[in-house]
Amino acid sequence: MGKVIVVTSGKGGVGKTTSTAALGAALAQRNERVVVVDFDVGLRNLDLVMGAERRVVYDLINVIQGEAKLTQALIRDKRLETLFLLPASQTRDKDNLTPEGVERVITELKRVFDWVICDSPAGIESGATLAMRHADMAVVVTNPEVSSVRDSDRIIGLLDSKTMKAERGERMEKHLLLTRYDANRAERGDMLKVEDVLEILSIPLIGIIPESMDVLRASNIGSPVTLADARSAPAMAYFEAARRLAGEVLPITIPGEKRGIFGKIFARRAA
Amino acid sequence: MTKMLTDARSIRIKGRSFLAVVLAPDLPFDDWLVRLDDLAARSAGFFLGRPVVLDVSDLPIDRTQLKELITELAGRNVNIMGIEGGRPSILGPGMPPALKGGRPVSDEAVAKEPIIELRNSEPKPSVPEARPTLQSIVIREPVRSGQSVIFPEGDVTIIGSVASGAEIIAGGSIHIYGTLRGRAMAGSLGNASARIFCRKLEAELLAIDGIYKMADDMAPGLRGHSVQLWLEGDSIMAEKLI
Ligand SMILES: Nc1ncnc2c1ncn2[C@@H]1O[C@H](COP(=O)(O)OP(=O)(O)OP(=O)(O)O)[C@@H](O)[C@H]1O
Ligand SMILES: [Mg+2]
Repeated sequence: MGKVIVVTSGKGGVGKTTSTAALGAALAQRNERVVVVDFDVGLRNLDLVMGAERRVVYDLINVIQGEAKLTQALIRDKRLETLFLLPASQTRDKDNLTPEGVERVITELKRVFDWVICDSPAGIESGATLAMRHADMAVVVTNPEVSSVRDSDRIIGLLDSKTMKAERGERMEKHLLLTRYDANRAERGDMLKVEDVLEILSIPLIGIIPESMDVLRASNIGSPVTLADARSAPAMAYFEAARRLAGEVLPITIPGEKRGIFGKIFARRAA
Repeated sequence: MTKMLTDARSIRIKGRSFLAVVLAPDLPFDDWLVRLDDLAARSAGFFLGRPVVLDVSDLPIDRTQLKELITELAGRNVNIMGIEGGRPSILGPGMPPALKGGRPVSDEAVAKEPIIELRNSEPKPSVPEARPTLQSIVIREPVRSGQSVIFPEGDVTIIGSVASGAEIIAGGSIHIYGTLRGRAMAGSLGNASARIFCRKLEAELLAIDGIYKMADDMAPGLRGHSVQLWLEGDSIMAEKLI
C-alpha cells in the first residue's frame, strides 16, 4: 500500500503546488511510483507546473462522477516513467468533489502507487479538508512570516481533528516545509527566524527551500524544479526533503549559512 | 390517507447548557458603544459567532432605547440570543427572549447556564459565591489557532503552547507550560481567585472573572516572560515568575 501525503498550508501562494511537483519528481527519480493529485478544483495549476496542461483530457471530477476511468485520467510524465499526474477540473464546480468519490479514488491510487501526493487548495474549506481527509502524513508548507505561520497552525489543528487518521484516534505525521526563505531578509531580521517558526508550530522540519529565480524559471518551462535544474539550490533542498519524507535522517542546512558547524569552529579559533 | 397515530414514542426534550458572553452595557449607550468598538477592534472577531446575552438589569431604559441598542449591536455583527434582567415592559415580540438564572446556583439546578462575563469597569452589585473548583483537565499538546478549550468545571493545564487565535476558557485557573499567544480566560463562572500562569507571555487577551486586559494594556516588561496573573479588586495583577 502506498503512502498518501497532503501538501497543505491554509494561506495561499506559499508554494504548495511548486512543492508538490518538486517532491513528486524527486521521489520518482528514486524509481518510486508517484502520482501527484490536484485538488484545486477551479484553479488548477499543477498541470502547468508539471508541463502537462495540453495533455489533460479527463480529470479528478470526471473520475469521481464516473465519466472516466482512473487509467484514462492519469497522465504519465514525459521525462520520468514513474511519475503521474491526476489533474483537477478547471471548469466544474468544486461541489462535485464528494467525500465518497475522493475516498474511492485515493483507495485505488494507493493500491498502484508508492506515493500519492495531494496538492491542497488554500483555505480551510471543503477542498482543503477533502485533500487532507485520507492522508497518512502531511507536508505543511509555510513561509517565514507571521500570517503564514498562523494559518499553518490552524491547518495543523484541522489535521489533528478532521482527518480519518485523527478520527481513528491515530496520530497524523506532520512535517514542516519552510519555503521562499530569503537569506538576505533573514540576515536583516525582516523575516521570522527558523527557530521561532519551529517553536510556534512545534512539528519536525523536513526542509528549508530558498527563495530563488530557479523556481520561477522551472515553472515557466513547465517542469518541476527537481527536474529542470537538479543542481540548483532549491532543487537540492527539495531532494533532501524528499529523502527525509522517505524516512532518512539528515541534518538540515539553513540557506545562506554557508559556513557549517566547521566554519564556525574555525572562525572562533582564528579570532 | 389517514395518518397513523399509533407511534408510542414520546417527544424528547433535551436540556443543554451553553457558554455565553454577557454584555452589560451602561448609560449613555453612545459612550459604551465607543468602548465596545474599541474592544472589538483590538480583539478581532471576539463576538463573531458567539452566543451573546445582554444584561440590562438596573438600567432605566425604555423599549425604544433597548431596540435601538440591539440594532446598533446587530450592525456590529453582535447577535443577541437573550436578554437578562429586563423588565417585562421593555421586552416584547420581535426581541430576543428574556433569560433568567444565568448562573449555576447549585449542582441540583435543572438548567445550568455557565456564563462568562465581559465587563470593563464596575463589578456587578451581586457578586456570586465562587464554586469550589474540584475538577481539572490536562491537555498534552499545543492548542492550535482556531481551537478553543472550554472547561467551566475547573482548572485547565496545557503542556504546550497556546497559539495566536486560540483560546482557553476555564472555570478555574489556567496553567500553560509553553507560550501563551492566544487568549486565556480564567474564573469564567465568577471565580475571582482563579489565576493564570504561563511560561512565556505573548497573550492577545487575558481575563479573570470577567475583568479583561488586552495585549496593549499589558506592561511591556512582562512580554516574553514567565508570568502569573491574578485579580485584586477590579485589577488584574501580574508578576514575573523566575
Ligand atoms: N522557492 C521559491 N522561490 C521563488 N518563487 C517561488 C518559490 N516557491 C514558490 N514560488 C512562486 O510563488 C508563487 C506561488 O507558488 P505556488 O503556486 O506553488 O503556491 P501555492 O501555495 O500552490 O498557491 P495557491 O494557494 O494559490 O495554490 C508561484 O509564482 C511560484 O513560482
Ligand atoms: Mg496551488
